Amino acid sequence: MTRTAAHALLSHWVHRPVQFITLVLGLALATALWSAVQAINAEARASYASAANLLENAARPVIQRPSGPITLEEYVTLRRSGWPVTPLLEGRLPTPNGRVQILGVDLLSWPDVVILGDAPDVAPEDLLTPPGRLIARPALAKRLEAIPDLPTVIALDTAPAGLVLADIGLVERLLNRTGQIDRLELIDSLPQTDLQTALPGATLTYPETPDTARLTDSFHLNLTAFGLLAFAVGLFVIHGVSGLAFEERRGTFRTLRALGLPLPVLTHLILAELVVLALIAGLLGIALGYVLATALLPDVSASLRGLYGAQVDATLTLRWPWVLGGMGMALLGALTAGAQGLLRLRRVPLLAATGPDRWASAAARQFSIMALGGALLAISGLAALGFGGLIAGFAAISGLLLGAALALPALLRLILTRIARRARGPVSQWVWSDMSAQLPGLSLALMALLLALATNIGVGTMVSSFRLTFTGWLDQRLAAEVYLRARSDEQAEEIAAWLTPRTDAVLPIRFVDTQLNGRPGRVYGIIDHATYHDNWPLIAAGETPWQALQNGAILVNEQLARQVGLWVGDPVALSPGWQAEIAGIYSDYGNPHPQAIVGMSTLLHHHPNIPNRQMGLRLDRADVPTLVTDLRATFDLPVDAVTDQRQIKAASLQVFERTFLVTGALNVLTLGVAGFAILTSLLTLWSARLPQLAPVWAMGLSRRDLARLEVLRSCGLAALTALVALPLGLALAWLLLAVVNVEAFGWRLPMFLFPLDWLRLMALALLAGALAALIPARRLTRLAPATLLKVFSHDR
Amino acid sequence: MRFDCNGSDMLLELQSVSKSFDARPLFTDVSLQLDGGETVALTGESGSGKSTLLHLMGALDDPDSGDIRLGGTQYATLNDRGRADLRRTRIGLVFQQFNLIGSLNVAANLTFQARLAGREDQDWTGHVTARLGLNDVLTQSTETLSGGQQQRVAIGRALAARPDLLLADEPTGNLDEANSDRVLDLMLDLVQESGTALFLVTHSEGVAARLSRRLHLSQGRVS
Repeated sequence: MTRTAAHALLSHWVHRPVQFITLVLGLALATALWSAVQAINAEARASYASAANLLENAARPVIQRPSGPITLEEYVTLRRSGWPVTPLLEGRLPTPNGRVQILGVDLLSWPDVVILGDAPDVAPEDLLTPPGRLIARPALAKRLEAIPDLPTVIALDTAPAGLVLADIGLVERLLNRTGQIDRLELIDSLPQTDLQTALPGATLTYPETPDTARLTDSFHLNLTAFGLLAFAVGLFVIHGVSGLAFEERRGTFRTLRALGLPLPVLTHLILAELVVLALIAGLLGIALGYVLATALLPDVSASLRGLYGAQVDATLTLRWPWVLGGMGMALLGALTAGAQGLLRLRRVPLLAATGPDRWASAAARQFSIMALGGALLAISGLAALGFGGLIAGFAAISGLLLGAALALPALLRLILTRIARRARGPVSQWVWSDMSAQLPGLSLALMALLLALATNIGVGTMVSSFRLTFTGWLDQRLAAEVYLRARSDEQAEEIAAWLTPRTDAVLPIRFVDTQLNGRPGRVYGIIDHATYHDNWPLIAAGETPWQALQNGAILVNEQLARQVGLWVGDPVALSPGWQAEIAGIYSDYGNPHPQAIVGMSTLLHHHPNIPNRQMGLRLDRADVPTLVTDLRATFDLPVDAVTDQRQIKAASLQVFERTFLVTGALNVLTLGVAGFAILTSLLTLWSARLPQLAPVWAMGLSRRDLARLEVLRSCGLAALTALVALPLGLALAWLLLAVVNVEAFGWRLPMFLFPLDWLRLMALALLAGALAALIPARRLTRLAPATLLKVFSHDR
Repeated sequence: MRFDCNGSDMLLELQSVSKSFDARPLFTDVSLQLDGGETVALTGESGSGKSTLLHLMGALDDPDSGDIRLGGTQYATLNDRGRADLRRTRIGLVFQQFNLIGSLNVAANLTFQARLAGREDQDWTGHVTARLGLNDVLTQSTETLSGGQQQRVAIGRALAARPDLLLADEPTGNLDEANSDRVLDLMLDLVQESGTALFLVTHSEGVAARLSRRLHLSQGRVS
């Protein structure tokens, strides 16, 4: 019995292959977008965990000498005086594909050497004796293998991400820095001897623990939210198709039940069918998701490095959590989409009317209920803002988006009815009223389009506002024409003397890493100069902030102000015995850490020994190339020690663009899924559409005219949806800029409007509508009259 | 003259028309003529090809062979758009299933084809509407009407455009006897008033008997 019933149920898909394909493809696309995001998140988190586990040096106290590198002799002396330290030498190794970070360690004393325990075929003598070995993750190792004259590279999965590891002796040779040590890590408890006696001029710092996972949480939350939205958009596709399939098969259900198939058996059969569909679509979706994540991961990796300094491997690994999660989501999606049908199967009387028309009219009755539910959802979401926090921000966004989506069909019906009433010609009157009549079948696809368009406008406005603000901010913040880093304090003094007659001003850049109201942060000292007064981007300030600064007050970045809840006039505690009043708040995009600025004399009063090796130079823009060449020639400075401001800006903007490349890609894909939703709706509604078109054709509109009108109708609905999406997208942009960004990154951005982007998106919406209608329209122009005539007659 | 056929009253002419369906011949070498204002009934068994013949007359489908002309216009010379123009301006269609446009109300349905053809005559439409007894339901949705009312709207829609030829396929097939008589009476009256020729396909001998001429299609031949 069960077998026969299953055969009857499954035969539907044989006769409706397009429905089957759209259902599987819709679910697969939704799963793919979700899985891609989860795969990226999983890869990034694995890299953070690996970095935290393997390079615990961040938690170890570090000895450095601000005035320059520590020598090998000094290191030996320090060891002999009882200091348990291990030397590290770090630098960037030039390769044909750009520079890679290399870390040299003393493999005999470095505690993290345990990572090599897993490496097969690694003999200690190979690592310690020339030519030595380089250790890197497989992807990086592959890049290095192509470079001639490098020692053998060992590929090791457990190696730190984005870093080449080697014995310090080898790194000395590769970087041409023989006998130099950048820093010493304390690998045991402090000895009794004084550091200044053992190594004069050295400082011992307990570096903050960069909890990368915490810092990047907001970034991943953003991605997850986007993935969830894409999945929701995909669900609309599945829900629409499965709803139609259910109604089309209601006749079969009725017959099966009338023939004696028990309702529980029928329910179980449909459930089993949903599970099989979910498995097929889930596997396809995971495969697509893997491809998508592989394509996006390099950009995410670059973003995380640019934003947080977090190293993430750019190669994707197939990890069970996201694979199983993807399958789970596919199953959840299929069951969610099929739940309504299953409930109806149990509730609706055996002999209730059947067919898509009834489905459409039943859906139409739900419009007002949906609109009411949508309004409640939006209000609840916005009310959640009262609780504060990132989750509340996302709750508000979800409530607003889903609420608006639920209210869309009722709103469109209202608009279309009004337009139809005012239409003059018979064709336009018919087209508008027919658009309204088509809403029940297309509403889910249009809701998906609304979500995709609103997200595009919202995220696009946020990114463009951010870009505009960021570019302006960079112009202000990087006011000096050239930035310079000397090898030592002595060289810096020499350079400054040389520069004084050749530039308008030499602005020293000196800083100390300390505590700001109990939080680790950096304090810069600046001299009193017009460059700062004229350019520094203050978002809040007292009456004379620059004068106050030279009198001992402090400027803090927006992140610190928002984190600790301080504003202009409040006191900030720095190192013991140092407290300063806030004279102004400045925007500091791209920096997740607390930061502050004080007058140079104030900084030197509290920290007299801080390095003085960096400076900004003010001069005529036209003189920059000559000065840079002269500087390098006179002082034998490495290429990266003198930087043209334009290079820094270009690099910063590049990081910025890459950061939002992933968001942009997801945006486009979500819009694509929405376009696909319209296409699937039009295709699945095709058979129900003929009875509406055939009479008009019979009355004298050609198939070509009708096809053109079909495209116009689809474009019209897409355009109306885009009009509704505009205010919704702007509301979303405001929530992202004023709520989510503040909670996630610690800064609030001004909102700018970009009407040209709206026009572009409107054109995209029209294109999506037109493309979606193209296949049905083409099919209509080629339709045999006999097919249309079937609508009128059963008698041959 | 509303049509020109070399001075004669002949409106529609079929010459040696044949049509097959799924490789099965429906009818062969059918020739017939219809004069302006004439009312003709076509009867025949189910599946004999009555509706198909009506579709060919309405330029809705192509014959396998033979020639069809309406007022001198040869169907074979028309492309898809030309046929659409012909249907819009010269032919009215009434079907068994009514085939109204559900998204438009009764008034919009009634005037639809006349406006489409660009010759809406408000006095004539008002007259047709009144004769069909639809004045009270003009603003209603067609879905709220009874079967008889829906068929009257379909007849009104076809005749409001004052076509040369009205093709009706089992127009009373879905109606009970009382409604059927009433609808047929109205249709015949209005056809006479407008001078429109009527070609009606029916199963009913009673309905066929009320038209001026009666044809029978059987075994692929019209007699």
